[in-house]
Amino acid sequence: MKYILMMNTMRAGHGVPEWPQKDLRAHIAFMMGLNKELRESGELVSAEGLAFPEQAKLVRAGKNGAPITDGVFPESKEFLAGYWIVDVDSPERAYAIAAKASAAPGPGGAPLNMPIEVRPIMSGPPPEML
Amino acid sequence: MTKPWDTTSEHLLRELAPQVLGAVARRFRDFSAAEDATQEAMIAAFTQWPDQGIPDNPRGWLIQVASRRMTDGMRSEIARRERETAVAAETENLTSLAEIELEADMDPDDTLILLFMCCHPALTPSSAIALTLRAVGGLTTAEIANAFLVPEATMAQRISRAKQTIKTSSTPFRLPSAHERTERLPAVLHVLYLIFSEGYASSIGSHLQRFDLAREAIRLTRNTKALLPNNAEVAGLLALMLLTDARRAARTGQDEELIPLDRQDRSLWDREEISEGIELLTAALAKGSVGLYQLQAAIAAVHDETQRAEETDWPQILALYELLNRVSPGPMVTLNHAIAAAMVHGPAKGLELLRALDSDTRVAGHYRLDAVRAHLLEKMGDHQAAIKHYRIAAARTTSIPERNYLTTQAARLAGD
Repeated sequence: MKYILMMNTMRAGHGVPEWPQKDLRAHIAFMMGLNKELRESGELVSAEGLAFPEQAKLVRAGKNGAPITDGVFPESKEFLAGYWIVDVDSPERAYAIAAKASAAPGPGGAPLNMPIEVRPIMSGPPPEML
Repeated sequence: MTKPWDTTSEHLLRELAPQVLGAVARRFRDFSAAEDATQEAMIAAFTQWPDQGIPDNPRGWLIQVASRRMTDGMRSEIARRERETAVAAETENLTSLAEIELEADMDPDDTLILLFMCCHPALTPSSAIALTLRAVGGLTTAEIANAFLVPEATMAQRISRAKQTIKTSSTPFRLPSAHERTERLPAVLHVLYLIFSEGYASSIGSHLQRFDLAREAIRLTRNTKALLPNNAEVAGLLALMLLTDARRAARTGQDEELIPLDRQDRSLWDREEISEGIELLTAALAKGSVGLYQLQAAIAAVHDETQRAEETDWPQILALYELLNRVSPGPMVTLNHAIAAAMVHGPAKGLELLRALDSDTRVAGHYRLDAVRAHLLEKMGDHQAAIKHYRIAAARTTSIPERNYLTTQAARLAGD
């Protein structure tokens, strides 16, 4: 079964984290390592990081179908920073991966314990009921 | 002399895959490397044969190519270990080994050995499925990856890890003893069943382009049955697959919406698959030991043999579910049992049976419990409660066609 693990940590108006270089490096190495681990375990379907909220636009169709974009967001709004799609044998395994990502090191190497939203991905129909 | 490549060639090639792998694994005593070498030989054949024609001895050709890959691999391994000395002598040895006659080490049981190996109890279902499709089914990693909608690199890793697990468990490349076979056959049948349901479940809509896993599962089970002709459960499983697959064309409508059994256009059911399934089942049941797959096939057969939904022999289906409940009890069996009981004794009886599942953690939050409850409540005439449970079920399912179906059911009642 496939799950999406969403890291909702970005806030509008906040750019790159201003951590010491050592901590930033450790964080990046951790994330790269996690992706490598998931690739090697045969569970990674895809993983992407998203651009910062400065580049986010909210789009609606106007009266004639033309796009109306909106780009000013309240500071409190949380943005998706990145996601993993994994194909695992149980929901417990998806939660374990999410917990690992959640504990990515932050300033001073302490675990960030970020919230990771885990959602099952919809699939085709199950076999017919007899 | 070569034969031209035609529509049956792909089938031939896949049938040869486990035989080639068996021969190479036995000769080199390394299942994992032999499996990779066979895959490379298969890919070479898929690339060359369509243009150049099929060689006279296709199996020999594949064994030869796979063996070369093995010796190449061993050569570079040796070279890596001892750059300078003694290499020449060793490589000469290997070459002559690869050139020896090819047919000598064929064993008709190879496919069976591989099945038991790939459905090893130490593997997770998803690893066992992937490895079985490649080693026994002769599918390429790309095809398997495509069937499960994951990247090829991910599938390759999954297969390589599965082989690592088998290596660690140091399973010898031989047929398990009769006792072991009996013990492990259920796991083999379960893997084949999972391949079938994955294929059957995804054989609609946007997934139509996916490799036909349901047909592949039928082919593998057919081969397994040929190798274990006296096992009634293998026959039962093949019958179940055929009797289920027979309804494939009728189970979805124009907009890919799910059509429940009682509303399917039965003229679309595949008569050939039905009669083969019933013949298999009849022969299997005559053997005496009735198992889980034969019972499910028997239930499918009752539906398949009924011309009109309202003529369904529900008392017989109920009796079969009662048997199934004894042979293989579980919440899903209880759920289906409740439906059959409702058809025979009325919806109140079905709802009463469902209540036992509310405290069963394996199914309590499962959408199917709500879907069945909604259906029975509707039959009771309690439309408000039925709408509520259709909607709960719709929110809980992870299947898009199922969610559409359940949402539509709720909307239909709400509109009355």
